[in-house]
Amino acid sequence: MLKANVTVTLKKSILDPQGSAVEKSLRSMGYPVEEVRIGKFMEVRLAEESRENAKEIISEICHKLLANPVIETYGFTIEE
Amino acid sequence: MEPKFWREMGLTDDEFVRVTALMGREPNELEVAIFGVMWSEHCSYKTSKPVLRRFPTEGPHILQGPGENAGIVDIGDQQAVVFKMESHNHPSAIEPYQGAATGVGGILRDIFAMGARPVAILDSLRFGSLEEENTRHLVRGVVGGIGGYGNSMGIPTVGGETYFHHSYGGNPLVNAMAVGLLEHRHIAKGVATGVGNPVMVVGARTGRDGIHGATFASVELSSESEEKRSAVQVGDPFMEKLLLEACLELIQNGWIIGIQDMGAAGLTSSACEMASRGDSGVEMELALVPRREKGMTPYEIMLSESQERMLIVPKAGFEPDVARVFEKWGLEAVVVGRVTADGIMRLRENGRIVAEIPAKALTDEAPMYDRPTREPAYVQQLKAVELRDFQPDRSEREILLTLLAQPNLADKEWIYRQYDHQVGTNTLVVPGSDAAVLRIRGTKKALALATDCNARFVYLDPYQGGMMAVVEAAQNVVCAGAKPLAITDCLNFGNPEKPEIFWQFEQACAGVSEACRILETPVTGGNVSLYNENEGQAIFPTPAIGMVGLIEDTAYITPNRFTAEGQILLLLGELEGSLAGSEYLAAIHGVEAGALPTLELPHIKRRLEFLLEIIHRGWVKAAHDISEGGLAVALAEMGVKAGIGVHLDFTQKDLHRIRCLFGERLGRILFTAAEENKAELVRLAGEAGVELHHLGQTGGTSLSIAFPEGPNWTVAVEECAKARKDTLPRALNQ
Amino acid sequence: MKIGIIRFPGSNCEVDVWEALRFLGREPELLWHQDRLRQAYDLIVLPGGFSYGDYLRTGAIARFSPVMEDVIRFAREGGLVLGICNGFQILTECGLLPGALLRNASLHFRCAPQWLRVERADLPFTNLYDPGELIQIPVNHGEGNYVIDEAGLAALESNRQIVFRYASAAGEINEAGNPNGSLANIAGIVSKEGNILGMMPHPERVVEKITGGIDGQPLFLSLVKTWERRIRYGT
Repeated sequence: MLKANVTVTLKKSILDPQGSAVEKSLRSMGYPVEEVRIGKFMEVRLAEESRENAKEIISEICHKLLANPVIETYGFTIEE
Repeated sequence: MEPKFWREMGLTDDEFVRVTALMGREPNELEVAIFGVMWSEHCSYKTSKPVLRRFPTEGPHILQGPGENAGIVDIGDQQAVVFKMESHNHPSAIEPYQGAATGVGGILRDIFAMGARPVAILDSLRFGSLEEENTRHLVRGVVGGIGGYGNSMGIPTVGGETYFHHSYGGNPLVNAMAVGLLEHRHIAKGVATGVGNPVMVVGARTGRDGIHGATFASVELSSESEEKRSAVQVGDPFMEKLLLEACLELIQNGWIIGIQDMGAAGLTSSACEMASRGDSGVEMELALVPRREKGMTPYEIMLSESQERMLIVPKAGFEPDVARVFEKWGLEAVVVGRVTADGIMRLRENGRIVAEIPAKALTDEAPMYDRPTREPAYVQQLKAVELRDFQPDRSEREILLTLLAQPNLADKEWIYRQYDHQVGTNTLVVPGSDAAVLRIRGTKKALALATDCNARFVYLDPYQGGMMAVVEAAQNVVCAGAKPLAITDCLNFGNPEKPEIFWQFEQACAGVSEACRILETPVTGGNVSLYNENEGQAIFPTPAIGMVGLIEDTAYITPNRFTAEGQILLLLGELEGSLAGSEYLAAIHGVEAGALPTLELPHIKRRLEFLLEIIHRGWVKAAHDISEGGLAVALAEMGVKAGIGVHLDFTQKDLHRIRCLFGERLGRILFTAAEENKAELVRLAGEAGVELHHLGQTGGTSLSIAFPEGPNWTVAVEECAKARKDTLPRALNQ
Repeated sequence: MKIGIIRFPGSNCEVDVWEALRFLGREPELLWHQDRLRQAYDLIVLPGGFSYGDYLRTGAIARFSPVMEDVIRFAREGGLVLGICNGFQILTECGLLPGALLRNASLHFRCAPQWLRVERADLPFTNLYDPGELIQIPVNHGEGNYVIDEAGLAALESNRQIVFRYASAAGEINEAGNPNGSLANIAGIVSKEGNILGMMPHPERVVEKITGGIDGQPLFLSLVKTWERRIRYGT
């Protein structure tokens, strides 16, 4: 069984009000924070042994469902 | 068995002896744990029951009083209203968003477990001082959680109240009330009867969350509680929406004998309470309970408080039909046992018996305690405080603007804009009024709903304060055009083991009882939340009252704002209020003291009946009760929402200006009418024996009062609007 | 007139739309998300709510419901589709309408009356409004902040796809009148062909005076009028 760690984040060009709010409050707490962007982290366990196939499947489901290409980008790593 | 074990499970040594006697043998560990949770204050009401028994609970229109998932009141045409209020205080203190969300989820399940479709949510909230960052964090979380759950469920949050006082710092009160509608023939109950009928677990899977929540609700909060976070559950409103639709479908199909929410103490309480009410036993195989996690023990399965689950007893043979309906909604429904004749709750794990307890031993045989009571010393001290000594340090105009900006009186828009208050398209009067109003589709009728409790009054004089909470709710409902029907209550108090706290509890409940008896609004159920203390300090005693009233015809719905210029303004009741326990005294002088004026319930009842009578005659254009902040604040509220001013003429009256403007006293109601009805109103009031004063006339853009001497009192409506608008956003949008 | 209202698990305004249309003298039908469109419809409504709990992203999962395959085909063939709130979110997720809806700029859910300016009064959805008319229809959402890239916005403008914009009480299109941070105050857009409308405000909540207004009536009645014409003139 393989596991994919998927992260989905808003595209750079999209305003992230949640991230901005956290960023502002961290700064007001005195931390030297430049920017905060908030995204999602997902663990997907696959009934699949081949890493090559797993990559293909994960790319496909990211594109189809896990991320909305209009506003989001995604990345992932595959592990045992 | 080591004493340490049963003590950890929440049983006293005496209670353990009682358990052994009831069982006729020494119980095993699982059995002790089950007794521990069922005999906790939260589940057994062992301390409060002797007091609660004195509530009036019957009336010709009461179809179901206390003791079920929720109360039911007849509203004619074979329809009924189902409602209940419940607290989720301690979970909200630790994790405000989830605590409040699951509080809403729990009370909604109580409503649809009775077969009713929930149509409205109200929330009675209490927080510490708004100056403190922790309070703001709690407000944001609680409001977010209530909205997050209710909005997603598609049930409108239509009203409630929010107060701030330092006594609630660290121990906020989150009391959620839900209201549902049903046809008489669809009433469902939490009973298990009919030997051989299946017992099914439906809805979400069981996980390790919330284990021992019921016991957790029965201890005082301290910094240690932060560590006990495992007792906080996470809500899933999507799951609950599906569960609601599936359960109502089952009930309407007539396949159900009994149904109950798995709330506090989860499978344990639902199973033994259903068996006990049905004079039956129940046998369950725990290996069949659908689980979310591996390796759960019988103890964990029985005590899990995972949300969005119900226990149902369908008629034998209908199991596949039940499963099919649940499957349609994407949910699980699994037979885990049967109803038996022997009155025993018998639990097995893979066939082996792990617990065998008479169901009634867990419910009816729970111990009851008569706690000692003692009047706290502060009561007489505060009553004796001489209020004449307090001279205002600013102008009456500034006092009004200061009061309007107090968190307790300020505009609550920041809160209710985050709640969907319109879904269902039945909400006729939206939040921000005295009572919310919902139409009943297909009829001319509507419901008026309000929650109320001035806890400062209850603190100063628990007996009268308890009465006043009920009276205030009744006033709000009548002002909207409704006849009060019944109440639910959420009784929030400190640690009852302290005689002074138990005295508050007993007195306040006696006051609530008396008011309900006179106003003929029985108590249909509710919830007791004790041990509301933080680092040894008790909250203000807060018996929150949720009232339901019936409007016979939507034509009677009365707004609480001025509706036009040139109308006469009248006052039902006394011209002057008292400064005792007033918002004025607290906000301007920082004092909470004084002897409350004695409440004459029969007078107030006559006034409310008179008001309803003239509303029915179509004479009342707007009505609003005078509460916190007195006459001046009530005028401002009526004016601000309409953008219309009013002029009052007191030149012929000998009044104490401050008591007249800012004094408080229950049973006083402002209303407007057309000039042409004045003579008739006065005559009718004389006949009814109620005190009625003609105060002035609406019009212009400011509130003004002419007194016999000294300057007129004048404040622009616009200024009032500005004063009450910014307090909450300024504090909470940071 | 055959109207189908799709009910997804988690939808919660489907009955409100149904009641609103019945109030206006129609007999709409509620369709379960696992059913298929078995007959010819004159209008399909995707109602508000929290389909699939709005988990992952609003409207993201609903688009994979069996019925959506048929709805997408119906829309591509020119059928009239109205998506309200969550329905609008579903329409953008499945690509029938461009852009996306993000969390409100305030980060708070907002339920409030809202002024809108009618930008297009020549559509089957809006022909009973006047061009530029100011109407009040409530908003009720946590994620209604419309975004689209620059090219996309330019296309919306040049194709006249923006149907409603959030406005102030005075009718100005400005920040004060914008409840959620939407780009160009966009409250509702239509497909290039003019047959698919997505909007965040809830017209079904304002068809009866007693519940707070009737500014939503012309929207539904426009659709009825369009249908009647079609029947009469076969266009």
